[in-house]
Amino acid sequence: MSDLLVEVRDLVKYFPITRGIIFQKKIGAVKAVDGISFDVKRGETLGLVGESGCGKSTTARLLMRLLQPTSGEIRIDGRDITKLHGADMKAARREMQMIFQDPFSSLNPRKTIGSIIAEPYSIHGLLTGKNERKRKVQELMETVGLNPEHFNRYPHEFSGGQRQRIGVARALALEPALLIADEPVSALDVSIQAQVLNLLRDLQSRLGLTLVFIAHDLSVVRHMCDRVAVMYLGKIVEVGPGSALYEFPRHPYTGALLAAVPVIDTSRRGRERKLLSGDVPSPVNPPSACRFHTRCPKATDICSEVEPQLEDLDSGTRAACHHLLTHDEAMELGVRGWG
Amino acid sequence: MSDEEPLLRVEDLVVDFPTEDGVVHAVDRISYEVNPGRTLGIVGESGSGKTVASLTTLGLTRRQGARISGRIFFKGEDLVTLPEDRLRKIRGDELAMVFQDPLSALHPLYKVGVQLTEAVRAHRDVTKQQARDRAIEMLGHVGIPDPARRIDDFPHEFSGGMRQRAMIAMALINEPKVLIADEPTTALDVTVQAQILALMERLQRELDMAIVIITHDLGVVAEVADEITVMYAGKIVERAKAERIFTAPEHPYTWGLLRSVPTVEGQTWGLMRERSGTIERKELVPIQGSPPSLINPPSGCHFHPRCPYFQPSHAESEPPLEPVPDDPDHTVACFVHSEQRRMLWANLRQGATPQEAIETVGAGDGA
Repeated sequence: MSDLLVEVRDLVKYFPITRGIIFQKKIGAVKAVDGISFDVKRGETLGLVGESGCGKSTTARLLMRLLQPTSGEIRIDGRDITKLHGADMKAARREMQMIFQDPFSSLNPRKTIGSIIAEPYSIHGLLTGKNERKRKVQELMETVGLNPEHFNRYPHEFSGGQRQRIGVARALALEPALLIADEPVSALDVSIQAQVLNLLRDLQSRLGLTLVFIAHDLSVVRHMCDRVAVMYLGKIVEVGPGSALYEFPRHPYTGALLAAVPVIDTSRRGRERKLLSGDVPSPVNPPSACRFHTRCPKATDICSEVEPQLEDLDSGTRAACHHLLTHDEAMELGVRGWG
Repeated sequence: MSDEEPLLRVEDLVVDFPTEDGVVHAVDRISYEVNPGRTLGIVGESGSGKTVASLTTLGLTRRQGARISGRIFFKGEDLVTLPEDRLRKIRGDELAMVFQDPLSALHPLYKVGVQLTEAVRAHRDVTKQQARDRAIEMLGHVGIPDPARRIDDFPHEFSGGMRQRAMIAMALINEPKVLIADEPTTALDVTVQAQILALMERLQRELDMAIVIITHDLGVVAEVADEITVMYAGKIVERAKAERIFTAPEHPYTWGLLRSVPTVEGQTWGLMRERSGTIERKELVPIQGSPPSLINPPSGCHFHPRCPYFQPSHAESEPPLEPVPDDPDHTVACFVHSEQRRMLWANLRQGATPQEAIETVGAGDGA
């Protein structure tokens, strides 16, 4: 058994833009994910961060094969799931489960939470005995910190944080190897976020889960993840161990992203902030070569001509950039003097 | 601080909404004031009443059948009793608001420019062309590229950050004295959020404007606020200068908030200062339970069902908002003795869990 659970190679997803009703003509494509490769080791947590529109949720959906990729490979446990069909795909789905962002729309309001959590068993025809199923569901409810007696209640009777726990219990029902959490706490209040984050960390170490954790909040990702991949406009610009990446960001975009995070420390007030100007360009017409060159303070001619590739760096991460940040520049960006 | 009358003074504001299920006590006797050139941050979770309080300041809860009492003084006039036509003159002129969601706050069927010029012409006797020039100038101010062309765009043609900028331009177009910003950056990405906060700070300096910023994000208030008010279940539980909230917080709810957010360093805030070179991941300490119903708020101190330092007597009466011993500007509503609170926080910021802190300090034997 390889120690890599997930291997993604040159994954591409274009969404066509069409015109016309009967005779649809393709007039362009949203390049949501444009050639990304990464691995996830067994038992580790990989964080995907980036701004809205960078393709992180599309990546999650591709990993679950809720979307069919335009090209590329996704090998889970050595098997390329992009080519699977019918019963094979259904069987593969048992191994991967997803936790969604919105705890309100991801639970069917007409079903009791007992039947919501038991649904994976019905789909896969497992635990057909009624009592057996109920016992297992109640066990799961206990695992995620819900009162098992609330088996027969409906989702509206629960608060946001509890609903997210229901979502986690459902995802754990089939004992998947891979759990994909897409912004699992961004819809929750601050005091509740910590409860759900702690639950996920705890479950991961107890059950040996592999977790792909997607969030826009860099502090949450730092807290949760062993390794972090930073995405910008459908590409991975930097990937590496969380400690290395946050301590010494090498890609100018990673640096800018970290510098923009508000920090709970009033002593940093009044410092001059180096801000990125402008917005993320449209993924329909991404900038040529390095996609960050239109906003990058270090960009030169080469950045719009030659696309940089991810390269191993001695600081411990892999980054795709012609003009990597030096140590002094990273510090100057206001990335605090750690280490 | 001067003895002069503050620019905006809210006194004992109460806002109740009668509903089918009972009366929602959204805001329960809160008071605060704002001075020119200063920024007040109001922090709280959803349902803490922070948005309702500011909507009420602008008279925007009147039509929703809210029962309002208390006083809101703005330049000597009480906005609570002010007739609607007088209030309309002030709203959008001297008193302006930036809403959280720019997509629903901008009208989708009107061009951005039309909405901006309307804001000018509602309050100023100027020609259409003058108003349009002003709108273009303002859009340029807030950093919209090529404003003379983009002014004729519809809101959907703007990106999220640009819409938020357009909203800020609209709020600032008449150079208000007070700007109320309700979660102005919550819907935005971090890089755009940093741009918007920097923009608000710059405009505040230029116009000597008072800002009330309402948010759940402790990082945002740490960056911009001079003073911070923490709200819980419709009440103010703590209020102090910004750095005091982060270095010497007094209320258990504030502690809970600080200990439940991860920071970029990967440590919870309380441990940040003691950072010793190595970065290790610390457990977050969440606040147990969830925010209470505002129809039947818990008796006594509203925070008591979630408070680790709870004593039975805390559920009997409501704690008053009182100054702490060494700082008259720092007020807190908590029954725990102040020396005990200081010792508890000293332990918590070293990384102790509330339970460990209680054992070390021995709180709970009397209180």
